Amino acid sequence: MEFTTIGKSVVRKDAAAKVTGKAKYTRDMEPKNMLHAKVLRSTITHGIVKHIDTSKAEAMEGVLKVLTPFNIPSGNFPTAGHPFSLDPAHQDIADRKALTDRVRFYGDEVAAVIAVDELTARKALKLIDVVYEELPFYLDAEEALKEGAVEIHEGSKNITGHNTYTVGDVDIRDAFAQADYIFEDVLEVQPVQHVQMENHVAYAYIEGNGRLVIVSSTQIPHIARRVVSQALNMPISNIRVIKPIIGGGFGNKQDVVVEPLVAVMTVMMNGQPVMYDMDREENISCTRTRHGVRFYMKTGVRKDGRFLAKELRAYGNGGAYAAHGHSIIGKIGGNFYRTYPAELATKYEGFTVYTNCSVAAAMRAYGIPQIAFATEAHVDNIAKEMNIDPIKLREMNMVKEGFKDKLSGVTINTCGLPDIVKKAKEYLHWDEKIKEYANQTGEIRRGVGMAIFSYPTATWPVALEIGGARIVMNQDGGVQLQMGATEIGQGAATVFSQMAAETIGIPYEKVNFEEFTDTDIAPFDTGAYASRQSYVGGKAVKKAALEVKDKLLTRASVLLSLEKGDLDTQDGQIIRKDNGQQVASVADIALDSYYNYHTADTIAADVTATVETNGIAFGGSAAEIEIDMRTGRIEFLKLINIHDSGTILNHMLAEGQVHGGMSMSLGYALSEVMLYDQKTGKPLNNNLLDYKLPTLMDTPSLDVSFVEPYEPTGPYGNKALGEPPTVPTAAAIRNAVLQATGVKVNVLPMNPQTLFEHFLDAGLIEEA
Amino acid sequence: MYDISTYEEATTIQEALQYLKENPSSKVIAAGSDVLIKIREGKMAGASLVSIIKIEELKKIEKDKDGNIHIGPLVNFTQLEEDPIIREHLPYLGQGGGTMGGPQLRNIASIGGNICNGATSADSGSTLVCLNAQLTLTSLDLERVVPIGEFYTGPGRVDLKAGELLTDIVILRQDYEGYVGKYTKFAQRKSMDIATIGCAVMMKLQGRVIEDFRLAYGVAAPTPVRCPVAEAYAKGLTLTKENARAIGEKALEDVSPRDSWRGSKAYREQLIKVLAERAIWELANGGGEQDA
Repeated sequence: MEFTTIGKSVVRKDAAAKVTGKAKYTRDMEPKNMLHAKVLRSTITHGIVKHIDTSKAEAMEGVLKVLTPFNIPSGNFPTAGHPFSLDPAHQDIADRKALTDRVRFYGDEVAAVIAVDELTARKALKLIDVVYEELPFYLDAEEALKEGAVEIHEGSKNITGHNTYTVGDVDIRDAFAQADYIFEDVLEVQPVQHVQMENHVAYAYIEGNGRLVIVSSTQIPHIARRVVSQALNMPISNIRVIKPIIGGGFGNKQDVVVEPLVAVMTVMMNGQPVMYDMDREENISCTRTRHGVRFYMKTGVRKDGRFLAKELRAYGNGGAYAAHGHSIIGKIGGNFYRTYPAELATKYEGFTVYTNCSVAAAMRAYGIPQIAFATEAHVDNIAKEMNIDPIKLREMNMVKEGFKDKLSGVTINTCGLPDIVKKAKEYLHWDEKIKEYANQTGEIRRGVGMAIFSYPTATWPVALEIGGARIVMNQDGGVQLQMGATEIGQGAATVFSQMAAETIGIPYEKVNFEEFTDTDIAPFDTGAYASRQSYVGGKAVKKAALEVKDKLLTRASVLLSLEKGDLDTQDGQIIRKDNGQQVASVADIALDSYYNYHTADTIAADVTATVETNGIAFGGSAAEIEIDMRTGRIEFLKLINIHDSGTILNHMLAEGQVHGGMSMSLGYALSEVMLYDQKTGKPLNNNLLDYKLPTLMDTPSLDVSFVEPYEPTGPYGNKALGEPPTVPTAAAIRNAVLQATGVKVNVLPMNPQTLFEHFLDAGLIEEA
Repeated sequence: MYDISTYEEATTIQEALQYLKENPSSKVIAAGSDVLIKIREGKMAGASLVSIIKIEELKKIEKDKDGNIHIGPLVNFTQLEEDPIIREHLPYLGQGGGTMGGPQLRNIASIGGNICNGATSADSGSTLVCLNAQLTLTSLDLERVVPIGEFYTGPGRVDLKAGELLTDIVILRQDYEGYVGKYTKFAQRKSMDIATIGCAVMMKLQGRVIEDFRLAYGVAAPTPVRCPVAEAYAKGLTLTKENARAIGEKALEDVSPRDSWRGSKAYREQLIKVLAERAIWELANGGGEQDA
């Protein structure tokens, strides 16, 4: 496919604003007379609020109101950034209130102070006395499932969701019976946190016309609007949500976290603006996390290495509230089946479990970094036991083009995995290095490893996929592009503008994208998640742009007395198709559309697109590492991610996405973990010193490569790229550790102490 | 927003001491990279602060006629690392300071603050302990000199009395002349982190024989500590890989690392051994930093 603007590394629409400090984030938008709120968070992990004494706090100068679960107008509401379901059975669990008298994790929201400034609010929190009745708490999913465990949510048996499937023509037991070997592993990944640069922040006020306005750093303005309407039992039309420029989300803002609370607050303050800006400490331990998951994985293999039967039991630690419910552990099940389809049968059983940990929900790649780590580690463990080259084992078993997914009904149209594996092999000089690094001894050892994955684009057929776009052509032939899809730093504004420019036939610079998403103005779209926007929103842009182009050519043909079918657009000009001759400029036609005395009719389109396809994206990572056996420290010699995301819409932005995803995966692999005091349930490391996000100094040179098959279901041949980069890197590093040392590390993170302990257990180091 | 009740800014030592005497409960603040964090955490709520950041006389590094080096407590870690006197005589002290935090922090954080904060993890702490730094503590009524080893009294605690200000850090000539040294920081991250173990080694060599040896650790005990047992053991040994390893192992008799969620005792002990062993071996082979 030949493109003019798609695929080019055009400069981001918001680049200059961001580097010059002109970009306006939520805190840059404060109206006058703003009040500030702080939240009193529970100092127990599980229990009941028996009594709250707010009298001392209320008496403090500068304090306007103290809110408790007993004096606020808040109903129950769900928080997941999912499309609403018309089927009550499939609606998200509405288990939250703006404040709670039932504490389910350490730091749960028990009361709030509204004051003239943040410091006053913070001081007033210390004057509130709370009497609790404590209950036993559970930090481990399987502990919470034990007989007799106290229910964190009444009637739940501590199960948020459970699903099971078996796929295959053969009974699962027979399938395992036919295998020559059976391999089993228990693998475990830790909860980690998004640590997006901008904490959750929102403020709300009531306009003169009585409408509630919420300005929030959110990925999902339209969903936030709907959820606030549920929480306050207020008509959706009375609510307006505005998303300014946002400093990252990574899924943490694909939940409605602070909006209902600020809405309640302004209602209680007669519409005066109230802001709630979280501290980093709160943001790490009291918003959302990635699910920690324990996997019991089993594979039956034929002598030649072919996987005949696969079985997985997964326990996802969902934390204290449902949030995204069972969706993430459900998605893990689909992925387990798809990436390496077993020849005979696959069985899955997944549990999402309530515990008294921080709430787990969406985080970049939604369960797939977890299952990819488990799967890829397990595959390498099998390769080692069977003495088969791990890449050969992958090539023999990985999913292929044309595969029809029996769970989702999706057929894989394009699959870059064979090319990805080939590139990884060449990059690592795999065959030589495998030999060179065999049987090492000594304090410093080297290894190579790789991992692959598959990843769906958007959520169809699990959920509704809808996106809106509006294009209005200006007098000079430039356009305004408005979308409900949200720019959250990923570059949506830029690639959507490229799409509009491409299809209308005007220069990229002539497209203005409104980065503020205002639910009063922006067409409906469910928001930035599931790597969906360039695929779903892209289809909407294309549809609107085609309509604009058609109207443009219709008017041009009338004005110029030429056949419409003979005309086309190119770089802001109307041209003749046969000889490329310029016959008018787009600007000429646009001006006419505004001011023609008889036929004025501005050129615009306002469309909605729905998507009922799914282009499966693929990718892999390859690592060459060096390990200090005595300290457990890993250094990188080489690291690459290779992606099949179909057409790359903007190579510079795409590489940036991949760098960011790899960085996230490096933290997942080596250092990040949310720690809780086992005796009290209190988070131990909810700050940027103790939560070990890798710094630039910890980050090696990150190589990136793409294979670009044209995906026929994508609007421009494109598939998911937003989340996939964070999937494979940790597993590739883990497999390089295995190759270097022969030690199977089945847990993350592989921080120095963990590796030291593994090497000690394996007898690889002798220490007094 | 910080909960601070009063803030006075001194421009001379005398002025600062006057403020401290008038308000004995007030705390000294320099750039605030420790103090402000504590206030934000609510640990010093409503604090009265006396700022010394504008006292120019505390920002100098000088060598006196006897060859002793005076480091002003307000010297920041960037200045320390780049100072010609430090580079010539105490390069390992500058290099150790260079492992602290990130560039922004090193541009403001002062060596005096690092000492008075009393943290066992201070990246200048173990080297200064090795160097037997002499601290001048001044109040309106008295001036006293305390060796740094005695200044540290417990975790986060130092022998700084009400009304006192640290006014000079002195490294005596005999404590640095002829030594080679190295500070190794082992942390989870390569920047913006605190040490899991910090290890300072100083050696005076006579050919391949260790004539004098000093070893100190951070995070191996409640305060930065010297290792008398390992030091005595090392003196007179010939530099071999085996001896380097043996000295590292000996150091375990001097330290008392803790088991905590930040690192197990067993892992810290491993680092205590390995870091000393590797530093000794590197210094033996011409690596590390030395008094020019």
